[in-house]
Amino acid sequence: MLSYLNYLNDTMPCLMAILRLIVCIVCILAFVGLNAAYLVWLERKLAGRIQRRIGPKEVGPFGLLQPLADGIKLMTKQLFLPDGIDRILYLLAPMLVMTTAFMCFVTIPFGEGLVARELDLGLLAIFAFASINVLGLLLGAWASRNKYSMISSARVVSQNVAYEIPMLLVVASLLMVTGTLNLHDIVAEQAGGFWNWNVLRLNASPLMPVAFLIFFVCTLAETNRTPFDLAEAESELVAGSFTEYGSMGFGLFFMGEYANMVVGSTLISILFLGGWNCPFGIFPGPHWLFLKLYALISTVMWIRWTFPRTTFYGLLNLSWKVLIPIALVNLLITGALVKVF
Amino acid sequence: MAAYIKSILVGTWSLIAGLAITLRFVFKPVVTCQYPHAVPKIPDRYRGHIDFVYDPATCSHKCIVCGMCQKTCPSGCISLEGEKLEGAKKKTLSVYQLNFTTCSLCGLCVEACPTGALTFSKEYNLAGFDEKEYHFDLIKRLQERP
Ligand code: SF4
Ligand code: SF4
Repeated sequence: MLSYLNYLNDTMPCLMAILRLIVCIVCILAFVGLNAAYLVWLERKLAGRIQRRIGPKEVGPFGLLQPLADGIKLMTKQLFLPDGIDRILYLLAPMLVMTTAFMCFVTIPFGEGLVARELDLGLLAIFAFASINVLGLLLGAWASRNKYSMISSARVVSQNVAYEIPMLLVVASLLMVTGTLNLHDIVAEQAGGFWNWNVLRLNASPLMPVAFLIFFVCTLAETNRTPFDLAEAESELVAGSFTEYGSMGFGLFFMGEYANMVVGSTLISILFLGGWNCPFGIFPGPHWLFLKLYALISTVMWIRWTFPRTTFYGLLNLSWKVLIPIALVNLLITGALVKVF
Repeated sequence: MAAYIKSILVGTWSLIAGLAITLRFVFKPVVTCQYPHAVPKIPDRYRGHIDFVYDPATCSHKCIVCGMCQKTCPSGCISLEGEKLEGAKKKTLSVYQLNFTTCSLCGLCVEACPTGALTFSKEYNLAGFDEKEYHFDLIKRLQERP
């Protein structure tokens, strides 16, 4: 089989490229779709347990078919266009949110060579695509001509601007240590055991664990998760940016949110937790990445069902008065250490 | 500066304490009742709409058509009629209608009844499409009871 593939690759490179493209697209679509569906299930189960309930249990064993039922329900709803909206932007916005989430997965490696398209500037590409997500929310809110959506989108934008800064500062200090933007190389540098992971490279910067925490908090804020879910504060803003959306328009926003969560958690695992390296240096493989990824996602959910929502001032103060100064100090220390040693 | 750092540390610690609490809850037993698969026990003093008490001696109700319940009901939701059957000394109950839509479950009728013919039912599962479904015929209900 492999030799046949190699033969095909030599004789018809164009065909193989197209084949590879199709396989990659199908895999990414399936991965994102399945994740979005079953993370909702996981979240509901976890929320149930934390509140001493069972969570979904009626549809299928352990409620495992619940996401399917929800999906069918959403798809069979009428795609309703409210009066006075900007039709083009209204229809475009959910797709923009979803597409950018998909695009992030293109450069994320899940294992040795397990990547759709390896880029030297992979990390940069992910940040670039992730920030378009905000534009999608803003456009959706603007197009649907609803005051709640507008307030929500204003919050999303200022929140994302505020948290992009400490996030990128931390990434900058990390890049001084790794010296590359290629995600593959970043993971390769952390091979060995957990003491080689970036989060514990104290010789590079004694503030590395703090940097990890800052990155984690920023990811929470960037993906609009509790306690920073001011954009979607049900009690104040109905459903935030997607108040006016129904049917699959809403579904796409919703899936995009979970897809972004997966992107964020994968990025944390790759940048700080050694990607697909085993903590003890044996049997590295994608399973380790998935383990770390889902552990992080469960933590995010755990946080959601523990803390109440912050106020908007609290959110901005945390970024400008705590995270950014610490991130700057971290940048300085790392820079000095890199220069000295 | 010291206060600033202290506030960060104290804040972080309180977050961790909060997470520990919810984590402990994950492993505690479930406390919800899986209604409708399982039904919780209804307390003895639960007040559903009023109903006749079954009297095994007469295999019927104990009502003597005195009309006390009708008079005492502050919402006026009881309407009853009695008729004198041939040969009988007293009246027998022929109609007993309860309009449950205005009943306030105050229980005055139950207290007023001299023969203890009325009681609260344990009916809590009421749903209907029409107001008419809440006009109960208590005689019929008693006859239909197993
Ligand atoms: S419970 Fe009170 S309101 Fe209801 S029927 Fe009896 S007396 Fe009337
Ligand atoms: S008070 Fe009792 S006995 Fe008198 S009419 Fe009402 S139910 Fe019958």
